[in-house]
Amino acid sequence: MVTVRPSPSPLLRNGSPPSPALRERMKKLIPLFTITLAIFVLWYVATIPMNSVLTSSKIASAGGGLWNTLAFSWSEQRPVLPAPHQVLREIWNTVFIVAPWSIKSLVFHLWITLSSTLVGFIMGGLLGIALAIGIVHAASLEKSLMPWIIASQTIPILAIAPMLIVVLGKTGLPEIITKASISAYLCFFPVAIGMVKGLRSPDVMQQDLMRTYNASAAQVLWKLRLPAALPFFFASLKVSVAIALTGAIVAELPTGAVAGIGARLLNGSYYGQTLQIWAALFVAAFAAATLVWLLSKLEQNSLKRMGAQL
Amino acid sequence: MDKSVIATQDLCLTYQTGDGMVEALSKINLKIEEGEFVSLIGPSGCGKTTLLRAIANLETPSSGTLLVNGMGAEQARLARSYGYVFQAPALLPWRKVKDNVALPLEVMELDDVQGRVARNLELVNLKGFEEKFPWQLSGGMQQRVSIARALAFDPQLLLMDEPFGALDEIVRDKLNQQLLELWARTKKTIVFVTHSIPEAVFLSTKIIVMSPRPGRIIDMIESDLPAKRTLEIRETPAFLKIAHRVREGLKAGHSYED
Repeated sequence: MVTVRPSPSPLLRNGSPPSPALRERMKKLIPLFTITLAIFVLWYVATIPMNSVLTSSKIASAGGGLWNTLAFSWSEQRPVLPAPHQVLREIWNTVFIVAPWSIKSLVFHLWITLSSTLVGFIMGGLLGIALAIGIVHAASLEKSLMPWIIASQTIPILAIAPMLIVVLGKTGLPEIITKASISAYLCFFPVAIGMVKGLRSPDVMQQDLMRTYNASAAQVLWKLRLPAALPFFFASLKVSVAIALTGAIVAELPTGAVAGIGARLLNGSYYGQTLQIWAALFVAAFAAATLVWLLSKLEQNSLKRMGAQL
Repeated sequence: MDKSVIATQDLCLTYQTGDGMVEALSKINLKIEEGEFVSLIGPSGCGKTTLLRAIANLETPSSGTLLVNGMGAEQARLARSYGYVFQAPALLPWRKVKDNVALPLEVMELDDVQGRVARNLELVNLKGFEEKFPWQLSGGMQQRVSIARALAFDPQLLLMDEPFGALDEIVRDKLNQQLLELWARTKKTIVFVTHSIPEAVFLSTKIIVMSPRPGRIIDMIESDLPAKRTLEIRETPAFLKIAHRVREGLKAGHSYED
């Protein structure tokens, strides 16, 4: 039997077909896109009953009907629930139109919050690593510290933040450190837990191997435990960085801070500026997603360099 | 002073488990001289691995004496007297082949790392694989890397715990031959744990047959096979005679149970 291969169609010959990688990507994006679309539709629909307190009389006097309902529900100055496009416009205005150093700019506020997020993230990360190393090397530390570490996370951060801020404020530390300490308080925990697990991940054989070399504890740590812990480390960092941002926002609430995403949220709720709240919320979420994404990239690069099959 | 590489006298090792004391080693008396290739063979639970680990100071005997190079096992370990090859390659997956072999050299802060790595990789026929990561190698190649690693700091004693147990027979035959060549070239003393009779007889100058509950030595066979061996030797009467004696020993050790 001779199989005849059909000659490629002229269309295919000119425009190259989408690569398999691209097609694979599209396949992954379709569910995400569907969900996003569904959320937007729900959101737009929800604005109608949510804003009816403000809009029902206006709609009625304009003669009712679908068109009037939508037009009024989606264009309130201070809506109960703003429509997505209103939030996007607010973001556009406060991010791209006003100067970034102006107090009206979200970029300015985001920078304030991000800087204390990052300081707190680094402080918390280092603390987590230090605790994990201590716990792995001394059984007594595990017994004495672990209950406190776990207890620390059962206290609501909103309860402890004002106290911490007041106490640390008296010490004369710069404000950014005071704020960052809340982030650090939140994000040392996942790092500590993840690192303890990671530092203990080398198997008995690998540990015996180091023992046959008469390796010191420091050498075992550097050459075996820390490299083995790296995947665990990155996983906990991704959790940490997101809650570090939450911590920084929370830290701005009790201080009466005038700058930062937290201040912006508080301010918006005082004056019923819902658009401002939503815009701040979205920018914060976007910032958190960006931080997590950056860490994923760093993770991929580091693990690839360490020979992982990604 | 005793010039044996390994000398034990009434060595016992017991440990506590969920259901009572287990006598892993009972009155082990053993001498291994420089340059010997000694196999420890026996069914699982006979203490052959425990004995090897005691020599390596990875287990602590409960009584008796154990000398390695005339020292106690702990001093011998601290003096880095032996290279240990485990049942699995136990390579560090984030290190390339050359860096895995360099691991003991880094820990011991020895010089000429590159030269030692190159020489030992050549010894196990892995020249050209320096830049590969462990997952890019087959199981047999990974175990050869771990042998090169054990030899990297040039210990005179090589302890091997069923190093080829997880490999298929064809690869195992090949590695056995390579191991004999390596032994002939380096003149190391090798203690080799196995549960394969042909492997033990093919490799060893001395075969120690062990039996479980309690773990003890039941036969010690000096092999009269020529030092230079090829795989074909396994069909000769001399080889079969030794293999038969090993098998009889293993049977005797088993007779009172099953």
